[in-house]
Amino acid sequence: MDYLALYVTVKLAVITTVFLMLIAAPVAYALAYYRFAGKSFLEALIYLPMALPPTVIGFYLIIIMGPKGFVGKIAEFLTGDSLLFTFTGIAMASVIYSFPFAVQPMKAAFSRIDRRLLESAYVLGLSKRATFFRVIIPNSLAGIAAAAILVFLHSIGAFGVLLMVGGSVPGETKVASIAIYEAVEMMDYRAAGMIALSFIPISYAFLLLINKLNEGSHK
Amino acid sequence: MTVDAFLKKKLKYFDLDISFSCAGKNMVVMIGPSGGGKTTVIRMLAGLDRPDEGKIIFGNEVWFDSSCGVNVAVQQRRVGYVFQDYNLFPHLNLLDNAAFAAVDKKEVEALFEIFQIRHLKKRKPHMVSGGERQRCAICQALARHPRLLLLDEPLSALDTVTRRALRLELRNLKKTLSCPIIYVTHDINEALFLADEILPLVEGKNDENWLNRMLAREPSGDNSLRGVREPKLALAI
Repeated sequence: MDYLALYVTVKLAVITTVFLMLIAAPVAYALAYYRFAGKSFLEALIYLPMALPPTVIGFYLIIIMGPKGFVGKIAEFLTGDSLLFTFTGIAMASVIYSFPFAVQPMKAAFSRIDRRLLESAYVLGLSKRATFFRVIIPNSLAGIAAAAILVFLHSIGAFGVLLMVGGSVPGETKVASIAIYEAVEMMDYRAAGMIALSFIPISYAFLLLINKLNEGSHK
Repeated sequence: MTVDAFLKKKLKYFDLDISFSCAGKNMVVMIGPSGGGKTTVIRMLAGLDRPDEGKIIFGNEVWFDSSCGVNVAVQQRRVGYVFQDYNLFPHLNLLDNAAFAAVDKKEVEALFEIFQIRHLKKRKPHMVSGGERQRCAICQALARHPRLLLLDEPLSALDTVTRRALRLELRNLKKTLSCPIIYVTHDINEALFLADEILPLVEGKNDENWLNRMLAREPSGDNSLRGVREPKLALAI
């Protein structure tokens, strides 16, 4: 069995999840609590990766990250290397690809918090920042966990985007879903079946966990 | 310390225009029919709403002055604010709720003793009764050593028996506090029981006539009196 591909998949999913939790939280906060000009346009733009075919996202990422794209140029200036066909490259692609799945549940969780609780915190002397950490986060843990699980599951399932940006470099960009595809291409159904089978308990366990969290938050 | 307020604000159905002051150790009870602007006044004092025009002066501090653009942030005013409900944080137990912004955490236990909720300190808000929640909310506000105490219908969501018990506790509490207290209610009995001064607020204006008519129980079909009269049933117990 291709353990290396499984390892790359899990590593990618963990990094994507941790990174997205950190950057999606302030975005979700802004979308939940602030009104500003062009908000609905910005929100639609954030959710766009959810609505686009993965290969379309992958195509534009190649353009941006390639040697002539501005992200590619910055990366080449900093590291001297191209982003395409590297782990960093697919990690960036994965973050963009899963961004809506992090923002949406978190925004929903933040919006559910009663505004009076926030006002109560302000009256008690807490700044907006302190209120975020002491009131909003602890009261949206179920939503944040749901976001994390969704992102994790979504990024283990990524295929088209990663194939476009990363190709299939073993140990670097060859993730399990690409390994399955290649095994099937080579008529190696046994190898494909082994990797495929390993996905089922992981995904199932996480879905059970989401259900548990949802039950908990409705109590 | 005295708080002086001169407030004007355009609301949806009428214009709020009221001025009053409340000295330390005193309780001003604002009474009037629902939707008359009482909560808006409280929110403006707390700094949660902004008057269109006017001044709020606390002692020698200016909290709000529309003529020179002063508006002290809600966090800096250090007021205690007890809402009708929804004061407590659902993720914290009663003790942590009351100690949330406490000046001295040790005091919280003493406050819990006074308000008879010490045995509940480890419970979450949803596990205790409405009266116990409001007791905790009052402890939370007091533990911060507020310079001004705002109570916005703190007893309205409670049953009659609990309301009467807490009303008495509030009156006892008042004797021990040195800050001005503004209390909002639509229950005339509560107002008469607690107030040093009654401020009738009807459609955004101070309306003494309304208060007199209500106290005289003049029979009339005036709808604005109905809401404050019906709670008189509370006296039946």
